[in-house]
Amino acid sequence: MTFLNYLISGISLGSIYAIIALGYTMVYGIAKMLNFAHGDVIMVGAYICFYAVSRYSLPPLVGVILAMLVCTVLGIVVERLAYKPLRSAPSLAVLITAIGVSYFLQNAALLLWSSNPKVFPNAFVINTIDEAGNPVVQSSIDLFGGQLKVSFVTIATIAICIVIMLALLWFTSKTRLGKAMRACSEDKGAAQLMGINVNATISMTFAIGSGLAAIAGVLLCSAYPTLVPTTGSMPGIKAFTAAVFGGIGSIPGALLGGLLLGIIEIFAKAYISTQLSDAIVFAVLIVVLLVKPAGLLGKQIREKV
Amino acid sequence: MANKLNTLNKTNRWNYITYLLVIIAYVILQVMSSTGSISSSLKGMLVPICAYVVMAVSLNLTVGVLGELSLGHAGFMSVGAFTGVTAAVSLQNLIPFAPLRLAVSMVVAALFAALAGFLIGIPVLRLKGDYLAIVTLAFGEIIKSIFNNLYVGLDESGFHFSLLSDTTDLSENGTLIIGGPMGIGSIQKISTFTAGFILVMITLVVVFHLVNSRAGRAIMAIRDNRIAAESVGLNITKYKMMAFVTSAALAGSAGALFAMNYSTIVANKFDFNTSILVLVFVVLGGLGNMLGSIIAAAALTILPEALREFSDYRMLVYAIVLILVMLATNNPTLKSFLARLKPGKRGEKEAA
Amino acid sequence: MKKKFLSLMLAMTMVLGLAACGGQEESTGDTSGETADNTASEAPAEGTAFKLGGTGPLTGGAAIYGNAAYRGAQIAVDEINAEGGAIQFDLRYEDDQHDAEKAVNAYNILKDWGMQISLGSVTSKPCEATAAETYADRIFALTPSASSTATTEGKDNMFQMCFMDPNQGSASALYISEKGLGSKIAIIWKNDDVYSKGIHDTFVDEAAALGLEIVSDTTFADGNDTDFSVQLTDAQNNGADLVFLPMYYQPASLILSQASAKGYAPKWFGVDGMDGILTMEGFDPALAEGVMLLTPFNADATDDKTVAFVTEYQERYGETPNQFAADAYDCVYAYKQALEAAGATPDMSAEELCELMIQQFTSMTFNGLTGENMTWDATGAVSKSPKGMVIENGAYVGLD
Repeated sequence: MTFLNYLISGISLGSIYAIIALGYTMVYGIAKMLNFAHGDVIMVGAYICFYAVSRYSLPPLVGVILAMLVCTVLGIVVERLAYKPLRSAPSLAVLITAIGVSYFLQNAALLLWSSNPKVFPNAFVINTIDEAGNPVVQSSIDLFGGQLKVSFVTIATIAICIVIMLALLWFTSKTRLGKAMRACSEDKGAAQLMGINVNATISMTFAIGSGLAAIAGVLLCSAYPTLVPTTGSMPGIKAFTAAVFGGIGSIPGALLGGLLLGIIEIFAKAYISTQLSDAIVFAVLIVVLLVKPAGLLGKQIREKV
Repeated sequence: MANKLNTLNKTNRWNYITYLLVIIAYVILQVMSSTGSISSSLKGMLVPICAYVVMAVSLNLTVGVLGELSLGHAGFMSVGAFTGVTAAVSLQNLIPFAPLRLAVSMVVAALFAALAGFLIGIPVLRLKGDYLAIVTLAFGEIIKSIFNNLYVGLDESGFHFSLLSDTTDLSENGTLIIGGPMGIGSIQKISTFTAGFILVMITLVVVFHLVNSRAGRAIMAIRDNRIAAESVGLNITKYKMMAFVTSAALAGSAGALFAMNYSTIVANKFDFNTSILVLVFVVLGGLGNMLGSIIAAAALTILPEALREFSDYRMLVYAIVLILVMLATNNPTLKSFLARLKPGKRGEKEAA
Repeated sequence: MKKKFLSLMLAMTMVLGLAACGGQEESTGDTSGETADNTASEAPAEGTAFKLGGTGPLTGGAAIYGNAAYRGAQIAVDEINAEGGAIQFDLRYEDDQHDAEKAVNAYNILKDWGMQISLGSVTSKPCEATAAETYADRIFALTPSASSTATTEGKDNMFQMCFMDPNQGSASALYISEKGLGSKIAIIWKNDDVYSKGIHDTFVDEAAALGLEIVSDTTFADGNDTDFSVQLTDAQNNGADLVFLPMYYQPASLILSQASAKGYAPKWFGVDGMDGILTMEGFDPALAEGVMLLTPFNADATDDKTVAFVTEYQERYGETPNQFAADAYDCVYAYKQALEAAGATPDMSAEELCELMIQQFTSMTFNGLTGENMTWDATGAVSKSPKGMVIENGAYVGLD
């Protein structure tokens, strides 16, 4: 039973990594750029939702939509100002600019919202009444007579992950814009010749990626409810690792990589050592990449001679 | 052939200009420092600047010359810092003369970092592109995690090691050198600006010689077209490893220099952010451009201090400056404008 | 293209401007304390005030501690200057981002400014680095909150306002054993943090001496400080009836909420870093019900001094002060008392002041927000008694 408990913890942690990784992998797959500021967009989304729900007492759903709107606009503005002028520059230049954007967002958040941690309200609860007639806030369902607890956040995160993954798969394979995105990812020059507006398509990718980041931010902070300006950075790096683990650019790979990373992390803590868990996670990653150099579900691109 | 000679000479000329500029900078700062005309703020930054310059130049060897993105360069700095300080502490009585002790510790640091570079290089160099980058990031994190849990003590019977918790069981005269999360405390500050300057010069000599040698040309051939290089019979692994290990060794000695400039050092100092910081120096200075790396490392180390008058907005301004500089240096209009100003430099850039 | 570049610059400036406006909106009424330069209007003229400097993390992940200390010190300085007595201060805080290297840079900036007495650094590792500098330069330093032993070790001019980590560890173990709070103890600590590690080690030693059984000893670190299910399950499976949390309140709040979600309810025992948990915006105080901690400061105390300080702090910054703010506030008043007693004048050199301060601090008794009858020994460690507190109905109640 302890094992199952750990597995569930692993899945709930992993689902958070997965949802962040989806955004990473989406931007990487199409714009071919490591957007290190993604984690910080998540943080912004979480703050917006926090203020909407806690300060202005808006319903959580409105908060999430508001966060998505703000993040989408933020994503478009950042892309327009900082990334678009570098479209023809070497990819490393864009990477450094993304790091600059990351610093900018963190420090702007520090000035706007101060360094004091905020506790994020958990919207995934059901208000019930227990046998004695007292109101009870229920945030998880019990299995096997209370021996296993699965929180609603975890269930919601996994469900949302799968929905987003399917939506993205459908979007990139069936819609015009999605097909344009895939074309850009394959070959920008050829896509342009086919009449695709490459710039607009890449901007669109950022908008979608940032909107996803807002959802990820809300879920991250619902599951682990403290919010500070640096909230997004470490989960961002972990999610980036997860995306590579699953094969960066692959949408199902991000989900798989995220879940596995979370499970490995929890198992490493539980059965080996809490002190070395990070080292173990990264060691597993290295071993996997040695066996499958393009990640678990990544496409192995054959070299042209 | 004539064209080739021409570019070679040009590269050599730039190398000498680089040496010369570093020496001039050193002499000016030394004179100013001895006459007391520089602020203690700048004076305090001289040694870290040297360490960052060495870090940037050595990373440029991996990223610019070898063409592989590394996100874990701070890991080698960490290995160098911890082994270097351990060596310095254990040699305290054996070598009372501080500069010599520093030199020996830096060599020890370089050797250990080179060893780490070799061990990491075996798996890493089989991978490509972003996958290689993430594995170097992973190694950086693993190194950090290990040093956060490593305990090293020294007493009459030699070194004692333990992992996870302090079970070194030292005798009464023993000292615990590395204390896990506590890192190393009470370090004797024996690093000097002169030592830093010498290390920078050694780094430049090593890197320039490697780049201009047969091996260096092989490394660049691998960067430009691996398959072509392989088909003419170059041993890819050997040359890649050569660049990677050299880069690691130099980073290790920079770590030792850095650590012995402060009285305390912890593993968390050498995290992902430090690796990224050094990468920023390299990209800003220009890939393969060592002089650029030196200038970028010095400028970006001083910049946050120079921005202190912005008080609360300091790091925000730093971020904006960073973005603007990246945009400006990659702006096509500005680039062509600069190229028009110095017609001779265009060929140079392509050669680099 | 040029036009584009220009428009880009413009846009960037606007973003910065917006952020600036937002920042001011958020913290209205704090213009006097927000930046060092702004105090110039009230600050005494050059040469008539003691130049008091300190470094702390004002940005980055640990910014909350640095800003609290800075603000606490600023309030004390403003109060003292407004009184118009013989002792006037000119306070300057520099950002060190919780990093030893940047702390030394910040210290050097302060030295160039002409700092005469120092508030050291706010966090432990940076303070160890700046302590080596203040020792070499003979500038007296009194840190509000850097609590590791290495901070003061071997330095005659480095003093602390907070408890030393080992004292907290042993005091906590002693307290638990004396009051019979628990027999099977679990510890969760942060293993890349000097503060947490220092308390953990002495707690374990003292617990062994007192016959307390430690049944679970687990850690977390910077990269994995969100999920505590493994640590809590381990404690629960080993039957721990008390969980000791030597850490700051942010991870502690996560631990409490995850334990509550699991339905695990042992006794919780914290250290002074736990103070502040009740002031987190949005935190459900029911989660912290029954948490015990040893802390020198209690923002809910009803004595005049604390009430005045807390009110002023809330008015200026819109937040409840934590122990970092209180410690820094006390530091400034301790300096005032020592400087008055020594008859020091602002025209003295840092070196002269250093000798005077060493004499004063080793001989004086100080009453502040964080304790009565505080004294210091020659090593620089403070002697004050920690107050045992328990959280009941969302407020601290004295435990004895």
